[in-house]
Amino acid sequence: MDKTVNQKAWFLVLPVLLLVAFSAVVPLMTVVNYSVQDTFGNNEFFWAGLEWFEEMLASERMWDALGRQLLFSAIILAIEVPLGVFVALNMPKSGFWASFCLVLMSLPLLIPWNVVGTIWQIFGRVDIGLLGYVLDALGIPYNYTQDSLAAWITIIVMDVWHWTSLVALLAYAGLKSIPDAYYQAAKIDQASRWKVFRFIELPKMMGVLMIAILLRFMDSFMIYTEPFVVTGGGPGNSTTLLSIDLVKMALGQFDLGPAAAFSIMYFLVILLICWVFYTVMTNLDKREG
Amino acid sequence: MADTTANKSASRGIALPRVNSRAVVMTLYLLFLLLPIYWLLNMSLKTNTEILNDFTLWPRDLTFANYATILTDPAWYMGYVNSLIYVVMNTVISLTVALPAAYAFSRYHFMGDKHLFFWLLTNRMAPAAVFALPFFQLYSSIGLFDTHIAVALAHCLFNVPLAVWILEGFMRGVPKEIDETAYIDGYSFGRFFVKIFMPLIASGIGVAAFFCFMFSWVELLLSRTLTTVDAKPIAAIMTRTQGAAGIDWGVLAAAGVLTIVPGALVIYFVRNYIAKGFALGRV
Repeated sequence: MDKTVNQKAWFLVLPVLLLVAFSAVVPLMTVVNYSVQDTFGNNEFFWAGLEWFEEMLASERMWDALGRQLLFSAIILAIEVPLGVFVALNMPKSGFWASFCLVLMSLPLLIPWNVVGTIWQIFGRVDIGLLGYVLDALGIPYNYTQDSLAAWITIIVMDVWHWTSLVALLAYAGLKSIPDAYYQAAKIDQASRWKVFRFIELPKMMGVLMIAILLRFMDSFMIYTEPFVVTGGGPGNSTTLLSIDLVKMALGQFDLGPAAAFSIMYFLVILLICWVFYTVMTNLDKREG
Repeated sequence: MADTTANKSASRGIALPRVNSRAVVMTLYLLFLLLPIYWLLNMSLKTNTEILNDFTLWPRDLTFANYATILTDPAWYMGYVNSLIYVVMNTVISLTVALPAAYAFSRYHFMGDKHLFFWLLTNRMAPAAVFALPFFQLYSSIGLFDTHIAVALAHCLFNVPLAVWILEGFMRGVPKEIDETAYIDGYSFGRFFVKIFMPLIASGIGVAAFFCFMFSWVELLLSRTLTTVDAKPIAAIMTRTQGAAGIDWGVLAAAGVLTIVPGALVIYFVRNYIAKGFALGRV
Protein backbone atom coordinates (compact mmCIF):
# COMPACT_ATOMS: atom_id res chain seq x y z
CA MET A 1 0.00 0.00 0.00
CA ASP A 2 1.28 3.50 -0.74
CA LYS A 3 1.72 5.44 2.43
CA THR A 4 1.52 9.19 2.50
CA VAL A 5 4.10 11.25 4.32
CA ASN A 6 2.48 12.82 7.33
CA GLN A 7 4.52 14.06 10.25
CA LYS A 8 1.40 14.54 12.36
CA ALA A 9 1.26 10.77 12.64
CA TRP A 10 3.76 11.24 15.46
CA PHE A 11 0.87 12.33 17.67
CA LEU A 12 -0.77 8.95 17.21
CA VAL A 13 2.43 7.20 18.19
CA LEU A 14 3.10 9.44 21.15
CA PRO A 15 1.15 7.47 23.81
CA VAL A 16 3.02 4.29 22.93
CA LEU A 17 6.26 6.17 22.93
CA LEU A 18 5.70 7.64 26.39
CA LEU A 19 4.51 4.38 27.89
CA VAL A 20 7.31 2.26 26.50
CA ALA A 21 9.86 4.93 27.30
CA PHE A 22 8.67 4.89 30.89
CA SER A 23 8.84 1.13 31.19
CA ALA A 24 11.90 0.52 29.02
CA VAL A 25 14.20 3.52 28.84
CA VAL A 26 14.08 4.48 32.51
CA PRO A 27 14.93 0.96 33.77
CA LEU A 28 17.51 0.51 31.05
CA MET A 29 19.23 3.74 32.12
CA THR A 30 19.33 2.37 35.66
CA VAL A 31 21.09 -0.68 34.33
CA VAL A 32 23.57 1.42 32.38
CA ASN A 33 24.13 3.49 35.49
CA TYR A 34 25.00 0.46 37.60
CA SER A 35 27.21 -1.01 34.95
CA VAL A 36 29.71 1.83 35.12
CA GLN A 37 29.73 2.39 38.88
CA ASP A 38 30.88 0.65 42.00
CA THR A 39 29.42 0.89 45.46
CA PHE A 40 30.48 0.19 49.02
CA GLY A 41 26.94 0.37 50.31
CA ASN A 42 25.14 3.38 51.83
CA ASN A 43 24.02 4.43 48.38
CA GLU A 44 27.45 5.86 47.64
CA PHE A 45 28.55 5.19 44.13
CA PHE A 46 31.92 5.55 42.45
CA TRP A 47 32.72 5.74 38.80
CA ALA A 48 34.12 2.43 37.70
CA GLY A 49 34.26 2.95 33.97
CA LEU A 50 34.32 -0.21 31.93
CA GLU A 51 35.73 -2.30 34.75
CA TRP A 52 32.65 -4.48 35.07
CA PHE A 53 32.48 -5.09 31.37
CA GLU A 54 36.10 -6.18 31.35
CA GLU A 55 35.51 -8.39 34.35
CA MET A 56 32.49 -10.03 32.76
CA LEU A 57 34.18 -10.53 29.42
CA ALA A 58 37.04 -12.24 31.20
CA SER A 59 34.81 -14.44 33.35
CA GLU A 60 34.34 -18.01 32.27
CA ARG A 61 30.99 -18.09 33.98
CA MET A 62 29.34 -15.80 31.45
CA TRP A 63 30.89 -17.51 28.43
CA ASP A 64 29.78 -20.90 29.72
CA ALA A 65 26.23 -19.65 30.24
CA LEU A 66 26.25 -18.08 26.78
CA GLY A 67 27.48 -21.35 25.25
CA ARG A 68 24.77 -23.34 26.99
CA GLN A 69 22.20 -20.76 25.93
CA LEU A 70 23.20 -20.89 22.26
CA LEU A 71 23.21 -24.69 22.35
CA PHE A 72 19.77 -24.73 23.92
CA SER A 73 18.29 -22.27 21.41
CA ALA A 74 19.87 -24.11 18.48
CA ILE A 75 18.56 -27.50 19.61
CA ILE A 76 15.01 -26.35 20.24
CA LEU A 77 14.85 -24.45 16.92
CA ALA A 78 16.19 -27.51 15.09
CA ILE A 79 13.46 -29.67 16.64
CA GLU A 80 10.51 -27.31 16.87
CA VAL A 81 10.57 -25.77 13.39
CA PRO A 82 10.58 -29.02 11.35
CA LEU A 83 8.22 -30.73 13.78
CA GLY A 84 5.85 -27.75 13.78
CA VAL A 85 5.76 -27.68 9.97
CA PHE A 86 5.20 -31.44 9.89
CA VAL A 87 2.30 -31.18 12.32
CA ALA A 88 0.81 -28.27 10.36
CA LEU A 89 0.92 -30.32 7.15
CA ASN A 90 -1.01 -33.08 8.89
CA MET A 91 -3.67 -30.90 10.45
CA PRO A 92 -7.25 -31.19 9.22
CA LYS A 93 -8.01 -28.36 6.80
CA SER A 94 -11.41 -27.34 8.09
CA GLY A 95 -14.46 -28.35 10.04
CA PHE A 96 -14.94 -29.58 13.57
CA TRP A 97 -11.65 -31.49 13.78
CA ALA A 98 -9.67 -28.44 12.70
CA SER A 99 -11.01 -26.33 15.58
CA PHE A 100 -10.69 -29.33 17.89
CA CYS A 101 -6.98 -29.62 17.09
CA LEU A 102 -6.47 -25.84 17.26
CA VAL A 103 -7.98 -25.57 20.73
CA LEU A 104 -6.04 -28.51 22.16
CA MET A 105 -2.79 -27.42 20.54
CA SER A 106 -3.05 -23.90 21.95
CA LEU A 107 -3.52 -25.23 25.45
CA PRO A 108 0.17 -25.49 26.44
CA LEU A 109 0.73 -21.91 25.22
CA LEU A 110 -1.59 -20.47 27.83
CA ILE A 111 -0.27 -22.26 30.87
CA PRO A 112 1.73 -19.97 33.19
CA TRP A 113 5.39 -20.71 32.72
CA ASN A 114 6.09 -21.87 36.23
CA VAL A 115 3.13 -24.24 36.00
CA VAL A 116 4.71 -25.64 32.83
CA GLY A 117 7.82 -26.21 34.89
CA THR A 118 5.80 -27.77 37.69
CA ILE A 119 3.99 -30.08 35.27
CA TRP A 120 7.26 -31.44 33.91
CA GLN A 121 8.92 -31.54 37.28
CA ILE A 122 6.13 -33.83 38.45
CA PHE A 123 5.88 -35.73 35.17
CA GLY A 124 9.56 -36.64 35.22
CA ARG A 125 9.78 -37.73 38.85
CA VAL A 126 10.61 -41.37 39.25
CA ASP A 127 8.32 -41.85 42.25
CA ILE A 128 5.13 -40.02 41.26
CA GLY A 129 5.48 -38.95 37.62
CA LEU A 130 4.20 -40.94 34.68
CA LEU A 131 7.26 -40.38 32.48
CA GLY A 132 9.84 -41.02 35.17
CA TYR A 133 7.96 -44.04 36.49
CA VAL A 134 7.60 -45.64 33.06
CA LEU A 135 11.25 -45.04 32.17
CA ASP A 136 12.28 -46.42 35.51
CA ALA A 137 10.09 -49.49 35.06
CA LEU A 138 11.66 -50.06 31.64
CA GLY A 139 15.06 -50.06 33.32
CA ILE A 140 16.25 -46.82 31.71
CA PRO A 141 18.28 -44.78 34.19
CA TYR A 142 16.65 -41.37 34.34
CA ASN A 143 17.10 -38.83 37.07
CA TYR A 144 16.97 -35.22 36.04
CA THR A 145 18.11 -33.88 39.39
CA GLN A 146 21.36 -35.84 39.37
CA ASP A 147 22.27 -36.46 35.76
CA SER A 148 22.96 -33.44 33.57
CA LEU A 149 22.12 -35.26 30.33
CA ALA A 150 18.71 -36.23 31.70
CA ALA A 151 18.20 -32.65 32.89
CA TRP A 152 18.99 -31.32 29.43
CA ILE A 153 16.68 -33.83 27.74
CA THR A 154 13.92 -32.91 30.18
CA ILE A 155 14.11 -29.16 29.57
CA ILE A 156 14.35 -29.68 25.79
CA VAL A 157 11.36 -32.04 25.68
CA MET A 158 9.52 -29.57 27.90
CA ASP A 159 10.22 -26.69 25.56
CA VAL A 160 9.21 -28.79 22.53
CA TRP A 161 5.99 -29.68 24.35
CA HIS A 162 5.40 -26.06 25.28
CA TRP A 163 6.13 -24.23 22.04
CA THR A 164 5.96 -26.55 19.00
CA SER A 165 2.27 -25.67 18.72
CA LEU A 166 3.15 -22.02 18.14
CA VAL A 167 5.27 -22.94 15.11
CA ALA A 168 2.59 -25.37 13.95
CA LEU A 169 -0.18 -22.77 14.23
CA LEU A 170 1.84 -20.19 12.32
CA ALA A 171 2.73 -22.69 9.60
CA TYR A 172 -0.91 -23.76 9.48
CA ALA A 173 -2.00 -20.15 8.96
CA GLY A 174 0.50 -19.92 6.10
CA LEU A 175 -0.78 -23.14 4.53
CA LYS A 176 -4.41 -22.06 4.74
CA SER A 177 -3.64 -19.00 2.62
CA ILE A 178 -2.58 -21.10 -0.39
CA PRO A 179 -5.34 -21.07 -3.02
CA ASP A 180 -6.61 -24.45 -4.25
CA ALA A 181 -5.62 -23.55 -7.80
CA TYR A 182 -1.96 -24.01 -6.89
CA TYR A 183 -2.56 -27.59 -5.82
CA GLN A 184 -4.62 -28.30 -8.92
CA ALA A 185 -1.83 -26.98 -11.13
CA ALA A 186 0.64 -29.20 -9.27
CA LYS A 187 -1.65 -32.18 -9.81
CA ILE A 188 -1.81 -31.52 -13.55
CA ASP A 189 1.97 -31.35 -13.63
CA GLN A 190 2.05 -34.60 -11.65
CA ALA A 191 4.31 -33.02 -9.09
CA SER A 192 5.42 -35.35 -6.29
CA ARG A 193 4.42 -34.69 -2.68
CA TRP A 194 7.93 -33.45 -1.96
CA LYS A 195 7.88 -31.04 -4.89
CA VAL A 196 4.51 -29.65 -3.83
CA PHE A 197 6.01 -28.99 -0.42
CA ARG A 198 9.29 -27.60 -1.71
CA PHE A 199 7.95 -25.31 -4.44
CA ILE A 200 4.44 -24.38 -3.29
CA GLU A 201 3.96 -24.83 0.43
CA LEU A 202 7.39 -23.85 1.74
CA PRO A 203 7.71 -20.55 -0.17
CA LYS A 204 4.19 -19.58 0.87
CA MET A 205 4.98 -20.37 4.50
CA MET A 206 8.31 -18.56 4.50
CA GLY A 207 6.95 -15.25 5.84
CA VAL A 208 5.13 -16.73 8.81
CA LEU A 209 7.93 -19.21 9.44
CA MET A 210 10.31 -16.30 9.83
CA ILE A 211 7.98 -14.84 12.46
CA ALA A 212 7.90 -18.24 14.15
CA ILE A 213 11.67 -18.54 14.16
CA LEU A 214 12.07 -14.96 15.39
CA LEU A 215 9.58 -15.43 18.24
CA ARG A 216 10.98 -18.83 19.19
CA PHE A 217 14.52 -17.57 19.12
CA MET A 218 13.74 -14.52 21.27
CA ASP A 219 11.74 -16.45 23.80
CA SER A 220 14.14 -19.37 24.05
CA PHE A 221 17.05 -16.97 24.44
CA MET A 222 15.48 -15.33 27.46
CA ILE A 223 13.87 -18.45 28.93
CA TYR A 224 13.98 -18.39 32.70
CA THR A 225 11.02 -19.73 34.61
CA GLU A 226 10.51 -23.19 33.14
CA PRO A 227 14.05 -24.60 33.46
CA PHE A 228 14.45 -22.81 36.78
CA VAL A 229 11.43 -24.58 38.23
CA VAL A 230 12.45 -27.97 36.85
CA THR A 231 16.18 -28.05 37.49
CA GLY A 232 17.02 -24.79 39.29
CA GLY A 233 19.97 -24.51 36.92
CA GLY A 234 21.42 -27.78 38.12
CA PRO A 235 22.74 -30.35 38.52
CA GLY A 236 25.77 -28.20 39.23
CA ASN A 237 25.60 -25.47 36.63
CA SER A 238 24.74 -27.73 33.72
CA THR A 239 21.38 -26.12 32.90
CA THR A 240 22.19 -22.59 34.06
CA LEU A 241 21.10 -20.58 31.04
CA LEU A 242 21.80 -16.86 30.65
CA SER A 243 18.69 -15.54 32.40
CA ILE A 244 19.04 -17.96 35.30
CA ASP A 245 22.65 -16.91 35.77
CA LEU A 246 21.70 -13.25 35.57
CA VAL A 247 18.93 -13.50 38.16
CA LYS A 248 21.24 -15.45 40.43
CA MET A 249 23.82 -12.68 40.14
CA ALA A 250 21.48 -9.69 40.43
CA LEU A 251 18.83 -10.77 42.92
CA GLY A 252 20.65 -13.63 44.65
CA GLN A 253 24.12 -12.23 45.21
CA PHE A 254 23.18 -8.58 44.62
CA ASP A 255 26.31 -8.01 42.53
CA LEU A 256 24.77 -5.02 40.81
CA GLY A 257 27.75 -3.86 38.78
CA PRO A 258 28.65 -7.14 37.10
CA ALA A 259 24.99 -8.07 36.72
CA ALA A 260 24.27 -4.78 34.97
CA ALA A 261 27.23 -5.18 32.64
CA PHE A 262 26.06 -8.73 31.97
CA SER A 263 22.52 -7.46 31.25
CA ILE A 264 23.72 -4.95 28.70
CA MET A 265 25.85 -7.42 26.83
CA TYR A 266 23.04 -9.99 26.95
CA PHE A 267 20.63 -7.44 25.51
CA LEU A 268 23.10 -6.43 22.80
CA VAL A 269 23.53 -10.03 21.64
CA ILE A 270 19.75 -10.41 21.38
CA LEU A 271 19.44 -7.09 19.53
CA LEU A 272 22.11 -8.05 17.05
CA ILE A 273 20.58 -11.43 16.20
CA CYS A 274 17.06 -10.01 16.06
CA TRP A 275 18.15 -7.20 13.79
CA VAL A 276 19.42 -9.80 11.33
CA PHE A 277 16.12 -11.72 11.51
CA TYR A 278 14.11 -8.52 11.18
CA THR A 279 16.03 -7.37 8.12
CA VAL A 280 15.56 -10.73 6.44
CA MET A 281 11.88 -10.65 7.33
CA THR A 282 11.14 -7.17 6.01
CA ASN A 283 13.00 -8.03 2.81
CA LEU A 284 10.80 -11.10 2.41
CA ASP A 285 7.74 -8.91 2.97
CA LYS A 286 8.87 -6.51 0.28
CA ARG A 287 9.58 -9.27 -2.22
CA GLU A 288 6.09 -10.63 -1.79
CA GLY A 289 4.77 -7.13 -2.38
CA MET B 1 7.81 -53.14 -9.16
CA ALA B 2 4.20 -54.06 -9.79
CA ASP B 3 3.70 -53.88 -6.08
CA THR B 4 4.89 -50.32 -5.72
CA THR B 5 2.74 -49.06 -8.60
CA ALA B 6 -0.25 -50.74 -7.09
CA ASN B 7 0.46 -49.08 -3.77
CA LYS B 8 0.94 -45.73 -5.39
CA SER B 9 -2.33 -45.86 -7.28
CA ALA B 10 -4.10 -47.04 -4.17
CA SER B 11 -2.85 -44.10 -2.12
CA ARG B 12 -3.78 -41.70 -4.88
CA GLY B 13 -7.11 -43.21 -5.79
CA ILE B 14 -8.53 -43.77 -2.34
CA ALA B 15 -8.45 -40.95 0.14
CA LEU B 16 -8.83 -43.18 3.17
CA PRO B 17 -5.22 -44.35 3.80
CA ARG B 18 -3.90 -40.79 3.60
CA VAL B 19 -6.51 -39.46 5.98
CA ASN B 20 -5.49 -42.19 8.37
CA SER B 21 -1.81 -41.31 8.36
CA ARG B 22 -2.76 -37.71 9.10
CA ALA B 23 -5.02 -38.83 11.91
CA VAL B 24 -2.23 -40.97 13.35
CA VAL B 25 0.24 -38.08 13.34
CA MET B 26 -2.26 -35.72 14.94
CA THR B 27 -3.34 -38.27 17.53
CA LEU B 28 0.24 -38.94 18.54
CA TYR B 29 1.04 -35.23 18.75
CA LEU B 30 -2.07 -34.40 20.77
CA LEU B 31 -1.36 -37.36 23.03
CA PHE B 32 2.12 -35.97 23.64
CA LEU B 33 0.59 -32.58 24.48
CA LEU B 34 -2.17 -33.85 26.69
CA LEU B 35 -0.45 -36.58 28.71
CA PRO B 36 1.42 -34.23 31.07
CA ILE B 37 -1.74 -32.14 31.51
CA TYR B 38 -3.76 -35.29 32.18
CA TRP B 39 -1.22 -36.33 34.76
CA LEU B 40 -1.59 -33.01 36.57
CA LEU B 41 -5.39 -33.33 36.51
CA ASN B 42 -5.10 -36.91 37.70
CA MET B 43 -2.92 -35.88 40.63
CA SER B 44 -5.18 -33.01 41.59
CA LEU B 45 -8.04 -35.46 42.17
CA LYS B 46 -6.04 -37.79 44.40
CA THR B 47 -5.23 -37.68 48.08
CA ASN B 48 -1.59 -37.18 49.00
CA THR B 49 -1.42 -40.72 50.37
CA GLU B 50 -2.49 -42.12 47.04
CA ILE B 51 -0.07 -39.89 45.13
CA LEU B 52 2.90 -40.93 47.23
CA ASN B 53 2.14 -44.54 48.00
CA ASP B 54 0.28 -46.07 45.07
CA PHE B 55 1.11 -45.43 41.47
CA THR B 56 -2.31 -45.23 39.81
CA LEU B 57 -3.23 -44.15 36.32
CA TRP B 58 -6.51 -42.67 37.46
CA PRO B 59 -7.71 -41.64 40.92
CA ARG B 60 -9.05 -44.68 42.79
CA ASP B 61 -10.06 -42.62 45.72
CA LEU B 62 -11.60 -39.60 44.01
CA THR B 63 -11.39 -36.44 46.10
CA PHE B 64 -12.14 -32.78 45.53
CA ALA B 65 -10.54 -31.74 48.81
CA ASN B 66 -7.55 -30.19 47.02
CA TYR B 67 -9.82 -27.87 45.07
CA ALA B 68 -11.84 -27.11 48.19
CA THR B 69 -8.64 -26.03 49.95
CA ILE B 70 -7.91 -23.49 47.24
CA LEU B 71 -11.43 -22.19 46.68
CA THR B 72 -12.18 -21.60 50.35
CA ASP B 73 -8.92 -19.92 51.39
CA PRO B 74 -8.68 -16.22 50.44
CA ALA B 75 -4.88 -16.41 50.50
CA TRP B 76 -5.22 -18.88 47.64
CA TYR B 77 -8.08 -17.65 45.54
CA MET B 78 -7.13 -13.98 45.82
CA GLY B 79 -4.10 -14.97 43.76
CA TYR B 80 -6.39 -15.74 40.83
CA VAL B 81 -8.24 -12.47 41.35
CA ASN B 82 -4.96 -10.54 41.45
CA SER B 83 -3.69 -12.23 38.31
CA LEU B 84 -6.92 -11.54 36.45
CA ILE B 85 -7.01 -7.90 37.56
CA TYR B 86 -3.55 -7.03 36.28
CA VAL B 87 -3.98 -9.10 33.12
CA VAL B 88 -7.18 -7.28 32.21
CA MET B 89 -5.66 -3.89 33.09
CA ASN B 90 -2.66 -4.67 30.94
CA THR B 91 -4.79 -5.78 27.99
CA VAL B 92 -6.89 -2.61 28.13
CA ILE B 93 -3.87 -0.28 28.43
CA SER B 94 -1.94 -2.08 25.71
CA LEU B 95 -4.80 -1.98 23.22
CA THR B 96 -5.71 1.65 23.96
CA VAL B 97 -2.24 2.96 23.17
CA ALA B 98 -1.46 0.43 20.44
CA LEU B 99 -4.52 1.13 18.27
CA PRO B 100 -3.67 4.70 17.20
CA ALA B 101 0.03 3.86 16.90
CA ALA B 102 -0.65 0.86 14.69
CA TYR B 103 -2.89 3.06 12.53
CA ALA B 104 -0.08 5.57 12.12
CA PHE B 105 2.41 2.86 11.18
CA SER B 106 0.05 1.24 8.69
CA ARG B 107 -1.06 4.46 6.96
CA TYR B 108 1.67 7.07 7.11
CA HIS B 109 5.34 7.64 6.57
CA PHE B 110 6.85 9.91 9.16
CA MET B 111 10.27 10.85 10.34
CA GLY B 112 11.99 7.87 11.92
CA ASP B 113 9.04 5.51 11.54
CA LYS B 114 11.13 2.44 10.69
CA HIS B 115 13.60 3.02 13.50
CA LEU B 116 10.78 3.60 15.93
CA PHE B 117 9.09 0.36 14.88
CA PHE B 118 12.25 -1.65 15.34
CA TRP B 119 12.94 0.04 18.66
CA LEU B 120 9.45 -0.98 19.81
CA LEU B 121 10.11 -4.55 18.73
CA THR B 122 13.40 -4.65 20.63
CA ASN B 123 11.39 -4.20 23.79
CA ARG B 124 9.49 -7.38 22.98
CA MET B 125 12.90 -9.02 22.84
CA ALA B 126 14.20 -7.60 26.11
CA PRO B 127 14.81 -10.39 28.63
CA ALA B 128 12.61 -9.92 31.69
CA ALA B 129 15.59 -10.90 33.80
CA VAL B 130 17.38 -7.72 32.71
CA PHE B 131 14.47 -5.58 33.83
CA ALA B 132 13.51 -7.30 37.06
CA LEU B 133 15.77 -5.32 39.39
CA PRO B 134 15.40 -1.86 37.75
CA PHE B 135 11.62 -2.31 37.71
CA PHE B 136 11.66 -3.18 41.37
CA GLN B 137 13.56 0.01 42.16
CA LEU B 138 11.54 2.19 39.79
CA TYR B 139 8.17 1.11 41.12
CA SER B 140 9.34 1.21 44.74
CA SER B 141 10.55 4.76 44.33
CA ILE B 142 7.26 6.02 42.89
CA GLY B 143 5.20 4.13 45.47
CA LEU B 144 3.54 1.67 43.12
CA PHE B 145 5.25 -1.42 44.48
CA ASP B 146 2.87 -4.30 45.18
CA THR B 147 -0.04 -2.81 43.21
CA HIS B 148 -1.85 -4.29 40.24
CA ILE B 149 -1.11 -1.28 38.07
CA ALA B 150 2.64 -1.76 38.55
CA VAL B 151 2.50 -5.28 37.11
CA ALA B 152 0.16 -4.14 34.34
CA LEU B 153 2.54 -1.33 33.37
CA ALA B 154 5.58 -3.61 33.56
CA HIS B 155 3.93 -6.12 31.24
CA CYS B 156 3.28 -3.30 28.75
CA LEU B 157 6.99 -3.51 28.05
CA PHE B 158 6.48 -6.57 25.87
CA ASN B 159 2.73 -6.47 25.21
CA VAL B 160 2.48 -2.99 23.67
CA PRO B 161 5.07 -3.70 20.95
CA LEU B 162 3.40 -7.03 20.22
CA ALA B 163 -0.05 -5.43 20.02
CA VAL B 164 1.27 -2.73 17.67
CA TRP B 165 2.87 -5.41 15.52
CA ILE B 166 -0.28 -7.54 15.27
CA LEU B 167 -2.68 -4.62 14.73
CA GLU B 168 -0.45 -3.08 12.09
CA GLY B 169 -0.61 -6.35 10.16
CA PHE B 170 -4.39 -6.39 10.28
CA MET B 171 -4.76 -2.69 9.44
CA ARG B 172 -2.58 -3.06 6.37
CA GLY B 173 -5.25 -5.34 4.98
CA VAL B 174 -7.93 -2.61 5.09
CA PRO B 175 -7.98 -0.58 1.87
CA LYS B 176 -7.06 3.04 2.28
CA GLU B 177 -10.01 4.17 0.15
CA ILE B 178 -12.26 3.47 3.12
CA ASP B 179 -10.47 6.13 5.19
CA GLU B 180 -10.60 8.63 2.39
CA THR B 181 -14.29 8.07 1.69
CA ALA B 182 -15.08 8.54 5.36
CA TYR B 183 -13.16 11.82 5.52
CA ILE B 184 -14.98 13.09 2.41
CA ASP B 185 -18.25 12.14 4.06
CA GLY B 186 -17.30 14.50 6.86
CA TYR B 187 -16.27 12.05 9.55
CA SER B 188 -13.75 13.38 12.03
CA PHE B 189 -10.74 11.17 12.71
CA GLY B 190 -12.03 10.05 16.10
CA ARG B 191 -15.50 9.17 14.89
CA PHE B 192 -14.18 7.41 11.81
CA PHE B 193 -11.72 5.40 13.88
CA VAL B 194 -14.25 4.21 16.44
CA LYS B 195 -17.36 3.84 14.28
CA ILE B 196 -15.94 2.54 11.01
CA PHE B 197 -12.36 1.44 11.32
CA MET B 198 -12.44 -0.52 14.57
CA PRO B 199 -15.35 -2.74 13.53
CA LEU B 200 -13.46 -3.54 10.33
CA ILE B 201 -10.46 -4.89 12.22
CA ALA B 202 -12.49 -6.39 15.06
CA SER B 203 -10.90 -9.80 14.58
CA GLY B 204 -7.46 -8.19 14.73
CA ILE B 205 -8.33 -6.45 17.97
CA GLY B 206 -9.58 -9.76 19.35
CA VAL B 207 -6.36 -11.48 18.38
CA ALA B 208 -4.21 -8.71 19.85
CA ALA B 209 -6.22 -8.88 23.07
CA PHE B 210 -5.75 -12.64 23.12
CA PHE B 211 -1.99 -12.28 22.81
CA CYS B 212 -1.80 -9.58 25.48
CA PHE B 213 -3.88 -11.74 27.79
CA MET B 214 -1.72 -14.75 27.05
CA PHE B 215 1.69 -13.19 27.63
CA SER B 216 0.58 -11.28 30.70
CA TRP B 217 -1.08 -14.38 32.17
CA VAL B 218 1.91 -16.66 31.71
CA GLU B 219 4.64 -14.25 32.81
CA LEU B 220 5.96 -14.78 36.30
CA LEU B 221 9.40 -13.27 36.81
CA LEU B 222 8.27 -9.61 36.69
CA SER B 223 4.94 -10.11 38.42
CA ARG B 224 6.65 -11.96 41.25
CA THR B 225 9.39 -9.37 41.62
CA LEU B 226 6.91 -6.48 41.77
CA THR B 227 4.51 -7.91 44.33
CA THR B 228 4.61 -9.16 47.88
CA VAL B 229 1.12 -9.53 49.32
CA ASP B 230 -1.65 -7.38 47.90
CA ALA B 231 -1.15 -8.06 44.23
CA LYS B 232 0.63 -11.39 44.37
CA PRO B 233 -0.23 -13.56 41.33
CA ILE B 234 -1.46 -17.11 41.68
CA ALA B 235 1.62 -18.51 40.01
CA ALA B 236 3.78 -17.09 42.79
CA ILE B 237 1.43 -18.27 45.54
CA MET B 238 1.84 -21.84 44.31
CA THR B 239 5.24 -22.01 45.98
CA ARG B 240 3.38 -21.97 49.31
CA THR B 241 2.65 -25.67 48.98
CA GLN B 242 6.17 -26.44 50.13
CA GLY B 243 5.48 -26.77 53.83
CA ALA B 244 7.46 -28.29 56.65
CA ALA B 245 6.01 -31.71 55.92
CA GLY B 246 7.19 -31.63 52.31
CA ILE B 247 5.26 -30.58 49.26
CA ASP B 248 1.48 -30.81 49.25
CA TRP B 249 1.33 -32.40 45.79
CA GLY B 250 -2.43 -32.61 45.53
CA VAL B 251 -3.01 -28.91 46.22
CA LEU B 252 -0.10 -27.94 43.97
CA ALA B 253 -1.62 -29.96 41.12
CA ALA B 254 -5.09 -28.52 41.74
CA ALA B 255 -3.69 -24.98 41.69
CA GLY B 256 -1.93 -25.80 38.44
CA VAL B 257 -5.11 -27.13 36.86
CA LEU B 258 -6.99 -23.99 37.90
CA THR B 259 -4.38 -21.78 36.20
CA ILE B 260 -5.06 -23.61 32.93
CA VAL B 261 -8.81 -22.93 33.06
CA PRO B 262 -8.86 -19.18 32.16
CA GLY B 263 -6.54 -19.80 29.22
CA ALA B 264 -8.67 -22.68 27.99
CA LEU B 265 -11.80 -20.50 28.17
CA VAL B 266 -10.13 -17.70 26.22
CA ILE B 267 -8.92 -20.14 23.56
CA TYR B 268 -12.40 -21.55 23.17
CA PHE B 269 -13.83 -18.10 22.43
CA VAL B 270 -11.20 -17.12 19.88
CA ARG B 271 -10.74 -20.55 18.28
CA ASN B 272 -11.85 -19.39 14.83
CA TYR B 273 -9.34 -16.54 14.79
CA ILE B 274 -6.39 -18.39 16.27
CA ALA B 275 -4.87 -19.48 12.97
CA LYS B 276 -4.95 -16.02 11.39
CA GLY B 277 -4.00 -14.41 14.67
CA PHE B 278 -0.89 -16.46 15.09
CA ALA B 279 0.21 -15.27 11.67
CA LEU B 280 -0.18 -11.73 13.09
CA GLY B 281 -2.53 -10.84 10.25
CA ARG B 282 0.21 -11.32 7.72
CA VAL B 283 -1.43 -14.04 5.66
